[in-house]
Amino acid sequence: MTFLRTRAGRDRLNNWVLNTLLLLVLVVLLFPFVWMILTSLRDQVQNTSAIPVWWFWPTLQNYRDVIVGNNFLFFTFNSLVIAAAATGLGLLFGLPAAYAIARFKLRGLAAWILVSRIIPYITFLLPWFLVFSSLRLIDTYLALIVTHLIITLPMIIWVMIAFFEDIPIDLEEAAMVDGMTRFGTFLRIVIPLVMPGVVTASILAFIYSWNQFLFSLILAGPNTKTVPVAVFNFISYGSINFGGIAAAAVLITLPVVILSLIVQRHIVRGLTSGGVKG
Amino acid sequence: MTQTSSQARPERRSRFIDKNLWWLMPGPAVLLLFVLTILPLIFNLVLSTQDRFVSAAQPSSFVGLGNYLDILKDERFWNSVWQMTKFTLIAVPAQLVLGLLIALLLNRQVPAQGLVRALILLPMISTPVAIALIWALMFNPQLGVLNYFLETLGLERSLWVADERLAIPALALVDIWQWTPLVAIILLAGLQTMPEEPFEAARIDGASPWQLFWRITWPLLQPTLFAALTLRMIDALKTFDIIEVITQGGPGIASETLNVYAFRAGFEFFRVGYAASLLTMLLLLVTAIAVGVNLLRRTR
Repeated sequence: MTFLRTRAGRDRLNNWVLNTLLLLVLVVLLFPFVWMILTSLRDQVQNTSAIPVWWFWPTLQNYRDVIVGNNFLFFTFNSLVIAAAATGLGLLFGLPAAYAIARFKLRGLAAWILVSRIIPYITFLLPWFLVFSSLRLIDTYLALIVTHLIITLPMIIWVMIAFFEDIPIDLEEAAMVDGMTRFGTFLRIVIPLVMPGVVTASILAFIYSWNQFLFSLILAGPNTKTVPVAVFNFISYGSINFGGIAAAAVLITLPVVILSLIVQRHIVRGLTSGGVKG
Repeated sequence: MTQTSSQARPERRSRFIDKNLWWLMPGPAVLLLFVLTILPLIFNLVLSTQDRFVSAAQPSSFVGLGNYLDILKDERFWNSVWQMTKFTLIAVPAQLVLGLLIALLLNRQVPAQGLVRALILLPMISTPVAIALIWALMFNPQLGVLNYFLETLGLERSLWVADERLAIPALALVDIWQWTPLVAIILLAGLQTMPEEPFEAARIDGASPWQLFWRITWPLLQPTLFAALTLRMIDALKTFDIIEVITQGGPGIASETLNVYAFRAGFEFFRVGYAASLLTMLLLLVTAIAVGVNLLRRTR
């Protein structure tokens, strides 16, 4: 144990212990995903064995059952339309709002938007449901897109405030001295500069709209049902086995995981800006 | 109209826009959020004073605070408040402690740093319904992999969410798994923005790592810790997806939080007025706790 007497040796041992602990944390965090993928690739006999089957020939039958047998592509299309439209509209309304908050220092407004995060979504859902039913808007894209704005709009505003604040004001002043209007400067100078922020904000907004369960559970119907609700319904009707449930879970999560990896570097900033900056 | 004034008009219009940009730009978003949040809250408050059902056949009648008085006598309401409290009191402290430990593990030279950070994000970015489904499979008392692990470790098999006493702790376990990474990342951001000077000064004075942590890191981390605490408390109280998919509030009403109970009352029993008053109570509770945590932060 002589190396423990040297400082470098102690540091190396320390590092080794800490890295092992970190690996353990990662194993725990990732195990459910690994298990989900394994389950989705096993057949029913393997999945109902009392001792977990770790080695097996993977089958794609579960995926085939979910996609072909359950109209999965249709629900995916619904989710896609709703999340994309809610994100697009969120940008349209959110970008100018975030810019104004950052430039004109509208602290009160920023705080108010943050407060809307405290309110449980379900509190809005009951009134929405009554209003949309009387307008005969239940089971329409319109109702779902509008309600999903409650997720995408604040998300985009919080993320973008930080990005707009980082743009040096000199740049805008220079453009305005050259005769550009303030709004023109916003559109032609500022927006291109915050594109990385726009991508991050859009992807985060898209993910959280895609993940939304509660609104679609009540406001969607056979024509507009989104993937999370569709999958929840499969299991309540008991029509899907272990492998099928896992395959469905993989299929819902896959797009979200891919998107989050694209903006991985910025996503931490995006996720924490709502929490820490408040 | 003369030539000059028609040229001046667009000029004047753009100047008007520039001068009023501070409200024109956020205006539409504010209006939209107002219509989507404040109006429903007011409507909800009105509903809570009515004895109203969804079906049009039954006319609604004004009952004043009647629903609220009924709530106070409703055992199922008190049960749901208790389950919600239990869920939050198990999940949030565990997330703060584990999140701090993980943040400390990450706050140094870590091999494959980018990959580690990407992987750590997965639980909170994944679709909650998918997460709930996979945990439901793992919790399965006969075939779930968690019982297999318990047996391999020589422990007794558990009923997990099928056991009345374990349903809430098991659901809290899912919440801990899902949200500890967010707490870790928030705290890591706090650790990395700390000033270097106090640490250097203390090191020169010969402080041990233990002293460095408790005397410098810990006090400097307080604001970040409170931010994480506030965020998680509020979200834990509102948890819906995980509970609804894994247990639907069961067995019986053993894991029925206030959120889930209000949902049942509104959308399954169609007692709209009563559900609206339950939701007002939920809103009051969440707000009270958010304000309480903030007051606590001020006094520190």
